[in-house]
Amino acid sequence: MSGTSRRLPAILLASLAACAAGSAASAQDLLIRNARVHTASAAGTLANADVLVRGGRIAALGPGLAAPAGATVIDAGGRALTPGLFGGLTQIGVEEVSLEPATVDEEVTLTAPAWQHQWRPEFDVTRAFNPRSALAAVARVEGVTWTMVSPLSSTSLIAGQGGAALLDGGYDAVQPGSRTLFVHWGATAAAASGGSRAAQFMLLDQAIREVREPATAGEGALLQPEGRAALKSYLAGGRVVFRAERASDIRQVIAYAQRHGMKPVIAGGDEAWLVARELAAADVPVILNALDNLPASFDRLGARLDNARILHEAGVRIAFSTGDGHMARKNRQLAGNAVAHGLPWEAALAAVTSSAADIFGIGADRGRIEAGKIADLVLWSGDPLEVTTVAEQVWIAGQAVAMRSRQTELRDRYLELLRSNGAK
Amino acid sequence: MGMSATSRNAWASLLAASGISLVAACATQSPMAAAPAAAEPQAGVAAPFASTYQAPDQGAPVLIRNATILTGTGTRIDAGDLLLERGRIRAIGSGLMAPTGAIVIDASGRWVTPGLIDVHSHLGVYPSPGVRAHSDGNEATDPVTAGVWAEHSLWPQDPGFQRALEGGVTAMQLLPGSANLIGGRGVTVKNVWATTYQAMKFPGAPQGLKMACGENPKRVYGGRQRPPATRMGNVAGYRQAFADAQDYMEQWKEYEAKLAVHESKAKPDATAPKPPKRDLRLETLAAAMQGELLVHNHCYRADEMGIMLDLAREFGFRIAAFHHGVEAYKLANRLAEEGVCGALWADWWGFKLEAWDSVQENLAMVDAPPGGCAIVHSDSSEGIQRLNQEAAKAMTRGLRAGLAIAPERAIRWVTANPAKSLGILEQTGTLEPGKMADVVIWSGDPFSVYALADQVYVDGVLRHDRADPAARPRSDFEL
Repeated sequence: MSGTSRRLPAILLASLAACAAGSAASAQDLLIRNARVHTASAAGTLANADVLVRGGRIAALGPGLAAPAGATVIDAGGRALTPGLFGGLTQIGVEEVSLEPATVDEEVTLTAPAWQHQWRPEFDVTRAFNPRSALAAVARVEGVTWTMVSPLSSTSLIAGQGGAALLDGGYDAVQPGSRTLFVHWGATAAAASGGSRAAQFMLLDQAIREVREPATAGEGALLQPEGRAALKSYLAGGRVVFRAERASDIRQVIAYAQRHGMKPVIAGGDEAWLVARELAAADVPVILNALDNLPASFDRLGARLDNARILHEAGVRIAFSTGDGHMARKNRQLAGNAVAHGLPWEAALAAVTSSAADIFGIGADRGRIEAGKIADLVLWSGDPLEVTTVAEQVWIAGQAVAMRSRQTELRDRYLELLRSNGAK
Repeated sequence: MGMSATSRNAWASLLAASGISLVAACATQSPMAAAPAAAEPQAGVAAPFASTYQAPDQGAPVLIRNATILTGTGTRIDAGDLLLERGRIRAIGSGLMAPTGAIVIDASGRWVTPGLIDVHSHLGVYPSPGVRAHSDGNEATDPVTAGVWAEHSLWPQDPGFQRALEGGVTAMQLLPGSANLIGGRGVTVKNVWATTYQAMKFPGAPQGLKMACGENPKRVYGGRQRPPATRMGNVAGYRQAFADAQDYMEQWKEYEAKLAVHESKAKPDATAPKPPKRDLRLETLAAAMQGELLVHNHCYRADEMGIMLDLAREFGFRIAAFHHGVEAYKLANRLAEEGVCGALWADWWGFKLEAWDSVQENLAMVDAPPGGCAIVHSDSSEGIQRLNQEAAKAMTRGLRAGLAIAPERAIRWVTANPAKSLGILEQTGTLEPGKMADVVIWSGDPFSVYALADQVYVDGVLRHDRADPAARPRSDFEL
């Protein structure tokens, strides 16, 4: 790496110090020259390409672009440029410290016992989203520009609704078109269904009947009127994430969702490779953790490291998720490991960029580097999927973000103490 | 940092002086048992739960040629050769001659490191699948359960052992969990498939003693309206336990003195003095104070590390390593001065408040001062498979922060340094002639996400070969 390029982030910081992350207004024109552009689109990777950003969107892409007057010009020195990364299905913005209930908003528990209480599909966790979460900055400086804020539940099959949130620090972070219903399935949802996964169908049947025939929803109803309205919207082609691992569950879920007009997405899917053909035929995407390879439960006995490769080869759309908002930055390590176990590199990148954006309904605007798309960009020190690579600069909608987080502040304070022998 | 040989001997003398060698010899299989003061167990009583692991001393020699070798001693050898013979490293260098009958491996373009070592694992005690019947890692029934040994919970059929082997891990310490102030003894094992844990047990390795600071003990017991419910309650709990153990040691000392008088009389005029009743809990704490057990302390916050260092001084034991020390970087110089290792994650954080102040430079900063001892640990059945990647991330963050760390140095975080903290550095952890032939051949630079362990040798035996899946060990559970 040249001295010039090494200094680049610092220069950017100096010139853009006033641009706090989150100020969405008046993005300056930006020309990134001489990058190895991983477009995450059909165009693949373009060596020595320029990317012109105007008004927060990508205006042009190609070699030798001219800089408009007043544009910020960055020489990428041949380094990699990718779309902003997907952080996975997380609780960023709705959870700070996992074990501190006062900082956790991802779950609604209204009554007990669990399976008797009313379900709340109208629970929309994105309403609790805090763009100023410490987790957002920690993820953002590592190139993670968005995540699916996802509800969890230990007491109801239907956890509620989530959506894609931009990690730009702004208050209007939740993306239109990304609304998704989350349903727990299999052994992990046993407590929410009286102990049997067969009862999961029984209870869902009841909820769907309450939606379709409200008159049947008498005493002991699972849903409130708001809940019926919410669930109804998903029975007309809405996107529903089913958290399921076991192959037999995945098959049943596909059939069930299709029968009731839902557009299913499988999350978890440790045994998805066993039903790859069915998933491909039904065009059901899988959000998976590419590091899962242990029989961690009896639902996951088939877990293996080439799950992603097998699914990809069968034509299943995939995206990666650690499921941990604090570790959203680890998502690209999942992608790298999937490559080590046979997934083509471009497919692995797509699984943390364009595929994820398409699956969650924001692909028309985000997730690729191509003309017309919003300029969420990351300039990397090396191969973006490599563990020895770091994000050098991140742009969200063409705005350079301050490459600082609470963690970098702590680092800088104590590095100084360490050097002065004061870290004691 | 483990005890140096000198300090071990010093402890051995102390042990002899305290007159409880008998207790110690009955209670442990640590190298201390081989020290003169503790050499002779009670007649007819064999050390219980001894290792039955047998390192092979035959088989064809293996010559690995033309590899990039990270020795674990801080050295890198390009186009290097490594000769394994009779379970040991025979030679390392360039242009080595193949002995007659040797298997010669061309490792051009590949990298060779010592077998990786994880100082903090719960494989076997919290095995996969993680079902209720397998929850054997925390004896969460009392804040001080120093009498329990993790090895007695260890299920050798945990499929996690094989996965860790595929990640290049040849040895590890299996610890009790952190629900308790003092959770019991840890055990160091070789990563070999076996039917009983004794056949995995690392010969001669001292046991560990697991202690835990902070949130876990006070949450577990405070939640039950029992002490400790606060951090001050935690500290009172440790101190009372060690004070009780001091009293116990005193009782044995008195007994030994009476016994000596009794035996010195030519014709004993009375019955022999009765020894105190053995107390497994206090016996363990006494062994820690005598330096036989290496204290491994789960402790996130820098201020609590400061308290534990004082506590250790008060009761005369040493802390080998602070585990999960998310804030170790705040105390890096002090840890180096005191010779205490930081066993750390590269970047895991935020799941509880004591894990809030994480920085990705933690390992590099703990490594930086003279004498600094940084260890990448996992505490995870996933993490143990990728200790090399975790080291790579931490090395990278260090470099970016201006802390010059070459791969030949960073590899020590997952080899020599954990070996040191476990008291097994004289046997393994580096590639030096005479040491155990615990060796990994990587498909490429092990600090790359794309590198895989091609071959893993434990005591010179090929235990994992990526090209030969049929030869891999496989847990009974996975049949």
